[in-house]
Formats: sequence, structure tokens, C-alpha cells
Amino acid sequence: MSTNLSASALIFFAIATAGCARKPATIVSLHPTAYGSALVETSGGKQMGATGTMLAQPLVAQVNDDQGAGVAGALVEFHGPFGISFEPSAALTDASGQATTNVTLGGMAARYQLTATTRCKAQKEVALNVVEVALGYQQELGYQLGETYCARCHNPESSAERVSNYDNLQVKPHTFTDGTTLNKMTDAELTSIIDHGGVALNKSALMPPYGYTLDKSQTQALVAYLRLVSDPPYQAPGMVYAQK
Amino acid sequence: MQPSRNRLVSEWQKLFGNPIRAFGVVSLLLVIVLAIAPAKNYFSESRHYQKQYLALIHVRSDANTLQRHFHPDIQQIWLPEVGAVDRCTTCHQGLKEASLADVTTQPFRRHPVIPHSAEQFGCVLCHRGQGAATTVAEAHNSALAREEPVLPARYMQSSCGQCHHTALVGTPQLNTGRTMLARNGCVHCHTARLPDGSTMTATDNPPSLIHVADKTTRDWIYAWLKDPLAYAVSATMPNFNLSDEDARDISAFLISNSTPAAGDAAPVVAASSKTPSDPVAGPSLYGESFCSSCHAIQNAAGNVVGGDIGPELTHIGNKVKPEWLQVWLGNPRIYDSNTPMPHYRFTSQQIALLGGFLQAKSDSSLLANVHLEAATAGQIAHGKTLVTDYGCASCHEIRGVKKPDNFGPELSRIGSKQLAELVFLPGMTHTLPDYIAGKIRQPRAFGSGLKMPQYTFTPTQIGALTTALLSYTDRSHNLPAALALPSLPTSNYRPAGNPGRLMEELACQSCHRINGRGGDMAPDLTMEGSSVQRAWLNDFLKNPNTLRPSLIRRMPRFNLTDGERAELTDYMMTAYQSPTIDRDSMPLSGYSAPLVEQGKQLFYSKYACQSCHIIDSNVDKGYIGPTLTQVGSRLNAAWIYAWMKNPQALRSDTVQPNFNMSDEDARALTAFLMSLRGTTRLEAKR
Ligand code: HEC
Repeated sequence: MSTNLSASALIFFAIATAGCARKPATIVSLHPTAYGSALVETSGGKQMGATGTMLAQPLVAQVNDDQGAGVAGALVEFHGPFGISFEPSAALTDASGQATTNVTLGGMAARYQLTATTRCKAQKEVALNVVEVALGYQQELGYQLGETYCARCHNPESSAERVSNYDNLQVKPHTFTDGTTLNKMTDAELTSIIDHGGVALNKSALMPPYGYTLDKSQTQALVAYLRLVSDPPYQAPGMVYAQK
Repeated sequence: MQPSRNRLVSEWQKLFGNPIRAFGVVSLLLVIVLAIAPAKNYFSESRHYQKQYLALIHVRSDANTLQRHFHPDIQQIWLPEVGAVDRCTTCHQGLKEASLADVTTQPFRRHPVIPHSAEQFGCVLCHRGQGAATTVAEAHNSALAREEPVLPARYMQSSCGQCHHTALVGTPQLNTGRTMLARNGCVHCHTARLPDGSTMTATDNPPSLIHVADKTTRDWIYAWLKDPLAYAVSATMPNFNLSDEDARDISAFLISNSTPAAGDAAPVVAASSKTPSDPVAGPSLYGESFCSSCHAIQNAAGNVVGGDIGPELTHIGNKVKPEWLQVWLGNPRIYDSNTPMPHYRFTSQQIALLGGFLQAKSDSSLLANVHLEAATAGQIAHGKTLVTDYGCASCHEIRGVKKPDNFGPELSRIGSKQLAELVFLPGMTHTLPDYIAGKIRQPRAFGSGLKMPQYTFTPTQIGALTTALLSYTDRSHNLPAALALPSLPTSNYRPAGNPGRLMEELACQSCHRINGRGGDMAPDLTMEGSSVQRAWLNDFLKNPNTLRPSLIRRMPRFNLTDGERAELTDYMMTAYQSPTIDRDSMPLSGYSAPLVEQGKQLFYSKYACQSCHIIDSNVDKGYIGPTLTQVGSRLNAAWIYAWMKNPQALRSDTVQPNFNMSDEDARALTAFLMSLRGTTRLEAKR
């Protein structure tokens, strides 16, 4: 049940962003000296952080001209759904055409869609959307457990501290963000494969069982985490908040 | 005067002159007075939110269920044990409604899933604020004396830390903050007494300065004091923003105050000040000795690569004197009897090689601008005053300067500090978390003459430190016995006798934990004697090879004599045994071929152990767990069997899952694994 939260929250936030509850920009003294025609993400999208905390990396967006070169002095404004805050909420691009802001996540565990906007010469607005994920206690727990027990097989990327075992597996597992695969599995199926291993779902025994290693709340936390980070986002079946 | 008095009299007459009219007026007043209470209730904020809540749930498909769960009036969770009278649920009606997951507006959000329930713990225990208040402002934002505002979500993990003193998996921010308090040496100057009565200890190991002139020059000390990060980007000593004169005088004092260490005068090798550095053999000895398990070096790309148990060595050649380095590499305990660095037993040729390699790690520009004239007595005296004033002896041992007690304010209850006691910077929001974070960010900005040095923490690190500090509250010290959890027991275990001395020399516990004390870089050795076979251990100490191909930190080779190895092996086989495993209860060999074959089947099919382990390097590739090609000559059968049955019981932090294996399967797998003897390295060499 708990695991369905996140997905539904995304839906809400997506709607909220479309309507874009724009707080009046606090910094009004920024006057653009130039205009671009495109806005692209340089870095800082798709990060995860605990609810309410500042993301480890800043969000950097670049304003480009028609030739794809950075434009200095263009105004970029950052908007997000309720709970998100930016520091600063608007900035002029630097010499390389980049505007940087620090993002503080909202208090709800959810995928937050953020929007950066700039105006082109014709005063038309150009927008860039990025998603950041806020982990609540449960999802954070799931993430930590996943890093300890699962990531070496499920994440093909290696770091100096953790060499991936992915290439060594005859049957390839999926990354935890692979929504195309994981969204097809029900909560019961996910719980079952984590508790009893691949064989429980007629899959490979290379996926070990964790039911005697992790307790129930830990397995639930893993499922909650998988559901929140999956891309495309997970939509729980039957969770339609139909208004009467 | 007169006219107004007349008017009053006539008004009085109008209202009360006639008894019937008087009765009517008095009744009306009474009705109004009686109506105040219900009206106050009717127009109260909580009523307002309850009405909003009803409107919200009214249009939902599960309106009936939600309606049934709704409670009008003031709600209260009363927990006399923890002193909580929390009326938060009066407005926060949807806290427990799973179906409200999509609601983002407060006060109607569902509470995120946590391991505790509101019935058991109430609200303010974690969220702080005024539980008994029934207005939004008073409940959340009170800044009155003895009251505190609600804790911002970003520091939420600090609340877990009021009761939990061991690291929880789900609170990485709190854990990082607590580790940093020890690792960055905050608790050298600030006492932090924990609720169980213990005091937090630092883990940063600042060097003693008693013999500092043996090791380095005044020029280096000067440059280091001016800017530690210029010398090493991973330096943990903070910047005291010293003036040129102050750095000059402190360096003068430290050098003149230093006494020679007993053994430093006689280098093991006759050291010429310029040991030629061998471009191949030097680095390769550094690599083979696994120095980088503990020491980092910044590479060309700017990344600091290596461990952080010892100091960064990127510019070590600028710092240490060649003669001192020779003695240090020969036996570090001559200079510092408590160093975590092992005594490697290098040959003099190896010492010369390593010395040359390290001496070449220097940057000619680092000290180029340091031109100090000979120190005067006045400067030296002033240096001593500064050293005392800045509390240098809180961290470093300095001859003639006593370690000050409580140099900085105590932190044991900083999480409950009253706002009235704090001085804020202009423009700062007046909350405790903001104060703490601001103080860590720019300690000296809060007044003139402040001594706390400048650190270079990232916003994330400041968040973690603030979270950790906020966990030390009055409440954390006054918990009812039922809620008080113990801290991790600290252990002073040191191995005994002659073998113990040898193990201290090799600094085994810098990396291995034994009986609760030691590092966590390498496996816990508390039960090593039950786990491994004697011959294997002896061989391993001679020529350690890594069991896990993916590890970057490895066991170094110590050039032990045969006698020393035998002594160590005997000691470990005897002293480090599991209380539950009798290593002789199962034979090392002699298992029947069918049982071995059955085990092999289980290994590859049912349990698919090859996903993490290699038993045949031609077909298996998994390398999460140790390579098992020779496990039959390494481990004891009784240990393997116990491990199959419940790995976490033997090593609580192992990632090997517990398969809840039947006795039969465990026996077959043990038989199979014991049959894997591979060719030992020695045999292969022959
Ligand atoms: C030893 C490697 C390994 C580890 C460790 C591991 N898995 Fe898997 N996992 C696999 C393999 C291989 C599969 C694919 C099985 C198949 O498709 O037949 C798999 C499949 C899965 C699936 C089904 C979706 C998919 O990726 O195909 C889930 C869900 C899953 N694992 C979760 C976990 C969780 C949660 C953990 C940690 C508690 C974990 N796994 C740890 C190897 C591993």
C-alpha cells in the first residue's frame, strides 16, 4: 500500500507544475542583457536526496543561441511544485551561458518535476523540465539496503569502491530505475522475488532470496524505493482518485 | 464635566429605569457572554481545518471510510512516559489515511511510513514544536522561552538520534554527521557527553608535536599554518586565518620547543639528504606495500586516490626531513609509539627506495615564498601565548602546554539550546538549526576575537553535522528507561603477551576489528581461529594474497620471520575462537564422492553460488564474495557448515544472504567446498 504513494504523488506534482504555482520572483532586479533560443540541462537532473534536504549537486541549465553556443547574460528562472525551493530562484547566465541553482527538495517523498525557463528574443518562453527524486524515510532505507545488498548485480556501473558484478551474470538483471520492466511486476511479485529469489517467479536462481536476511519492513522499503525511482514512473493499478 | 455626567445618567435611565427593560438588557448580555465559548470554538483555527478536511474527503471515492475515521473536537495523544501531550491530530486528521497519498496540502497529508506509530511516540518527540497548542502559530513557530519551533524536514533524522546512538541504515545523514564530529576532531575542543554517560572521542589522530623539529622544518610549519589545504586538499586541520606574524611566531615556538626523539638521531640507513628516486622500483614498492590502503595521493586529474587512515602524501617531500623519513619507514614507533602505521620490517634497500619515491613527491612552489628570519626570544614567547590562546593543545601534544579542558562550549545538549542564549547574525532566520549551520559555515563571523577555525565543509556536510548536533537534546538525556537505547559498547581490547606486542607493532587493529576494537577496512578477526586452517594462516601471513579480486584495499606483506609467523598463527588459532563452533567437530577431508557431487549440483543450480563466487576460474566470473578455488585448504568444515546455516550469525554485516538451508544441503555444500583445494600458490611456484 505504502509503495503506491510516490507514483500518485508524481501525477499530482505533474499537474501542479503544468499550472505552475509561480511565486512572484523574489529577485526582481535581474535584467537580462541577452536572449537565447534554447535551454538545455548541463547537470544536476535526476538526483536523489532525502526529503527536505538540499541536493548534493546544483542544477545547471545552459541557454543556447540558434547555433547551439552558450549565451551569457540571459535570465533563467526556476520553478517547482509546492515544497521545492531554489537558491537563487532566478539567475543570469555566466560567460559560458550557464545558470546555476541549488535545489532544496520538498517534504514529501515524490518525483518532483522542476522547470527552468528563459525568454527568447521574441519574448516567447522556452522551458526545460528536469525530475528530481525526494526519498522519504522508507525509500531512503530501501536505497541504503539496495546499495548494500543489490547494487553490485543490478547496477552495471562500477566505482573504485564497488566493482560491478553485472557483467559476470549469465542472466542479466535490470537496473532499479528500469520502469519498463519493473512497472509490469506487481508489489506482490516484487516482494516474492526479493524474499524467495528468482526461482519464485520462474526466473534465474542467480537472483538470491533475501527473505531470511531482511525483515518485512526492509523488503517493503526496497519495494517502496524501486517504485519511486522507476523511470518511466510507476502508476499503481486501481489507485485512481476518482472524484465522486 | 456636568453635561457628560448628565448624559450618563440619562443613558442609565434608558436601559435600566424600567424593570422589564432592565431584565431584557441583562438577559441579552448573558446570552452574549454564554456564546463566547462556543463562538470561539466555532471560529477556531482547528474547526476551520476540520471543516476543510471534511470538504476534502467528501468528494473522494472512499469518503465514507474517511468520514468514519474523522474525529471532531480537540484530539490528543497523551504519553506521560515521554511527557507528550500532542494535539496535532486535531488538525492533521489524515495522518494515517493511506488513501490520501496524493494529497500534498498540509495539514491533511498522510504521514510517510516510519517504523514508529504516533500512538506510541506522539508527534513532538520527533517534530518538536508545542504539542499542546491548538493554533498553527503557537504549535509550529513559537520562539518563547522554553518552547521550540517545529524542526524543518531536512534535519528530521536528528530526532532518530535522540534515542538511537548506533548507526541506523535509514539515517545516513545523521550517521555521517556523527562520524564527522569524531573524524574532524570537533570533540577535541567541544565535549560531547552522550546520554549513557560516555564521552564522544575523536578519531582523527592529530600528531604529537613533542619532537616535531625532527620531522619537519619551520618553513613547512609556517606554510601549513597559513593554509593547510594548499599542502593537502584532504587536510582535516582547519584554517585559523593566522596573520603572517602569528604564523611566524607559532612556528618559531614549536620548533624551539621540540625535543629530539630518542631514536631519530641514528637513522637506520645512512641517509644522504638526496636519495635518488627510482622511477620504477619506488612506485612499485609503494604499490606492493599497499600504502594506498591508508594514504591518499592526488593524481594528475585532481582526484585524491587512496585511504584516509594516514595523512595524504601528495606533497610529503615538502614536509618531512629525509633523515626522519628513513627512521620512520624503518620503524614508525621510534617516533610515535601510538601510531596506527604498521612496522613493515622493510630492508634498508627498500627504505631507501620508498624514501626516494616519497621525497620526490613535492611541489617546488609550495615553500618558495616562505622566507623566515631567525626567531627572536620575543617571537617564541608570543608563539607560546598564541598556541595557548588558540587551544592547539586540545588536539596536539605540546611540551609545556597543558591540554585545556572544555576549550569550546560543550555540545552535549546543544540540540535544546534556547534561542535567547544565541546571538544571530543580521539577516539570519532565528532558529536553532540555522544558528548551528551558520556557526559551522562561518564560525568567526559571529563576533570578534572568536577562536573557532574556518572549515571548508560542503553544504551537504554542514547539513549532516547540524543534524547530528540537533540530536543531542535535553530529551535525549532524560528518556524513560523503556526508550533509552545503549550506545555501541566501546572496547579497549588489546591482544596480550608477546604475540600481542607483535600485533601492536604490525598495527593489526588499524584495519581489523578484534573483540570490538579496531578498524573496519579488513575482516573482523574475533573468530578467525575457528574460521581458517592453521597452515593456511601461516602461509597467508608470509604472502598475503587477496581473496576478493574486486578489493582495492589489501593486506600488506610484513617480512615477518618464520618464528614471528608461527607465534602469531598459534596465538590467533587459540585466542580467536567462536564460542559456538568446534572446529574439530567436522573433518577437513574424507567426504564421499556422491555427497561432494550433490553439493556441486546445489552450488551451481539451486543456490547459484556462482553469481558471486568463483570456484573454477574458467567458467565462473562472480566476484562479490571471496574466490573459493582453494577454500578446502583455507576454511574449517565446521565453520563452512555454520556459515551455510546462518552467515549473519558469524558476521553480522556480511552481504551473503541467509538461504535458510536444510541441514542436508548445508552438509553437501560443505563436503563440496572442502573438496576444492586448487593448487596452493606455493605448489604452483614449485
Ligand atoms: C548475485 C546477483 C544479484 C543480487 C545480489 C541481487 N539480484 Fe536481483 N536479480 C539478479 C538476476 C540475475 C536477476 C534476473 C533474473 C531473471 O531475469 O531470470 C534478478 C532479478 C531481480 C528482479 C526482477 C526484475 C529484474 O531485474 O529482472 C528484482 C525485482 C530484483 N532482482 C531485486 C533485487 C533486490 C531488491 C536485491 C537486493 C536485496 C537483488 N535483486 C539482489 C541478480 C541479483
